[in-house]
Amino acid sequence: MAQAIEQQTATEILNETGAPVIVFDRVKLAFDEKVVLRDISFTLIKGHTKIILGASGSGKSTILKIITGLLRSDEGVVWVNGSRVDQLSELEMMPVRADLGMIFQEGALFDSLTVRENVGYKLFEESDMPMDQANRRVEEVLGWIGLAEYIDRMPSELSGGQRRRVAIARAMAFKPRILLYDEATTGLDPITATTVDEEIIKLRDLEHVSSIVVTHQLRDAFYVATHMAVVGQDGKVKIVPATPAKEREAEFIMVRDGLICFEGDADALRNSRDPYIQTFLS
Amino acid sequence: MLPFIEKPLKNAALEVQEYVRMVAATFHGIFTRPRYRYDIVQQFDVIGVGSLTVVILTGFFTGAALCSQSGLTLDAFGARPIVGRLVSASMIKELGPVLTALMLTGRIGSGIAAELGSMVVTDQINALRALGTDPIRKLVVPRVLAGVLMAPVLTIISDFVGIVGGWIVARFQLQVASGVYWSSVTYGLYTQDLWMGLIKPFVLGFAIVTIACHVGLRTSGGTQGVGEATTVSVVAGSVAVIAADFFVTQVLIVLLY
Repeated sequence: MAQAIEQQTATEILNETGAPVIVFDRVKLAFDEKVVLRDISFTLIKGHTKIILGASGSGKSTILKIITGLLRSDEGVVWVNGSRVDQLSELEMMPVRADLGMIFQEGALFDSLTVRENVGYKLFEESDMPMDQANRRVEEVLGWIGLAEYIDRMPSELSGGQRRRVAIARAMAFKPRILLYDEATTGLDPITATTVDEEIIKLRDLEHVSSIVVTHQLRDAFYVATHMAVVGQDGKVKIVPATPAKEREAEFIMVRDGLICFEGDADALRNSRDPYIQTFLS
Repeated sequence: MLPFIEKPLKNAALEVQEYVRMVAATFHGIFTRPRYRYDIVQQFDVIGVGSLTVVILTGFFTGAALCSQSGLTLDAFGARPIVGRLVSASMIKELGPVLTALMLTGRIGSGIAAELGSMVVTDQINALRALGTDPIRKLVVPRVLAGVLMAPVLTIISDFVGIVGGWIVARFQLQVASGVYWSSVTYGLYTQDLWMGLIKPFVLGFAIVTIACHVGLRTSGGTQGVGEATTVSVVAGSVAVIAADFFVTQVLIVLLY
């Protein structure tokens, strides 16, 4: 009874504007002798974007894996959509994952499935949605990211950028409220990377998805933080420079040696006098 | 404890622990929902139908060679006409199950380890979990079911083809009349022998597939790791087949004879 009331209260809080959808509180993780996360605390607000920067091996991707329950922290508390995930079993994580979409490095598309089957995987395999409805949703999502004509191709027939966009489509097909991007633009040329960035912006601003973007690509990080998506009078989606209020909804975190060495908006990051950050930005 | 002993021992204990956990999760997955029916049917096709050619060829030539060799030995005792009895007993009790299992290790064990290993190193397993799918139910359960149930079927086919191979050699090389050969085949067989030949493949099929799945899912280290996983799967699977065959034989001798 008490648990049901707690869950109801959590759901009510999460429906409010400015509700915390992901909370990391003093999270620590080590693999044997190697400490990956020393003491990580942050909060992702509903509808906002958290951009996690850091050098390779600094523990950025590990944070996303802890959120999705793919890894379990040694210490600290992790809340996702009102559920404390650091204590949940694999089976108990399934309902939490229903509202989480993750885009992996290199896409992690299923080699043996077509684009349609990849994008609709969760709808076909893990939901009771009728087949025709699921197919319509797949076509809708692929149309949205501009890859409708590739629906029957195999992942091996796609370019790197197309694979990332299909991975985004797969993550958004079941309409999660939180999307986690793990190096979604790494290894892509600037034009393709911008296309992926624009998908991230559109999902955030038009679908109201809360997102965490892990990257070490500064150009993409600032592009996502300083732009917004609007629907023009002609009904077309445009990517325009963000208003100051919108810009503040994107917050940067810099991770260094398993610790957060900076937290703030794009302006604060640019103006930081920290030598490490200045080296990173240069 | 000495560090150079401690680490390998800990690693071995960890592997055993993870293997047992995977097997327990597999049994849980077999008897509870959700089940991925399409994947199960697909694996029956891949493991069963896909292995048919190699099993038929192996069985045929083993039976033929066995008959040829046995004919020479039996000649020394003037017992050539009972060559069918020797072929059928050897094929059904020992060679059929073991050789079929070894062929499956090479063909299926390596394939499973390579496929699952590639999925691990390219984050596809993590993607499955993130999409709400239990990789054990989706990937391991169908393969284990197919391996356990198709190994006996393939063994029966291998046994039959081996005996047919023996008949061809007996008829055309050893000049044993067909009627003599076939009556000798059935005369030398007891119900216990049939049980021995039928029970073994269930155990061997289970060992091959669970080892391959375990090794595949524990892959690390990129494409090099996938190569290593494939090798380990075949080596460990082959040794497990030979060892399991010995122990199952001992148990069944006590129980059946």
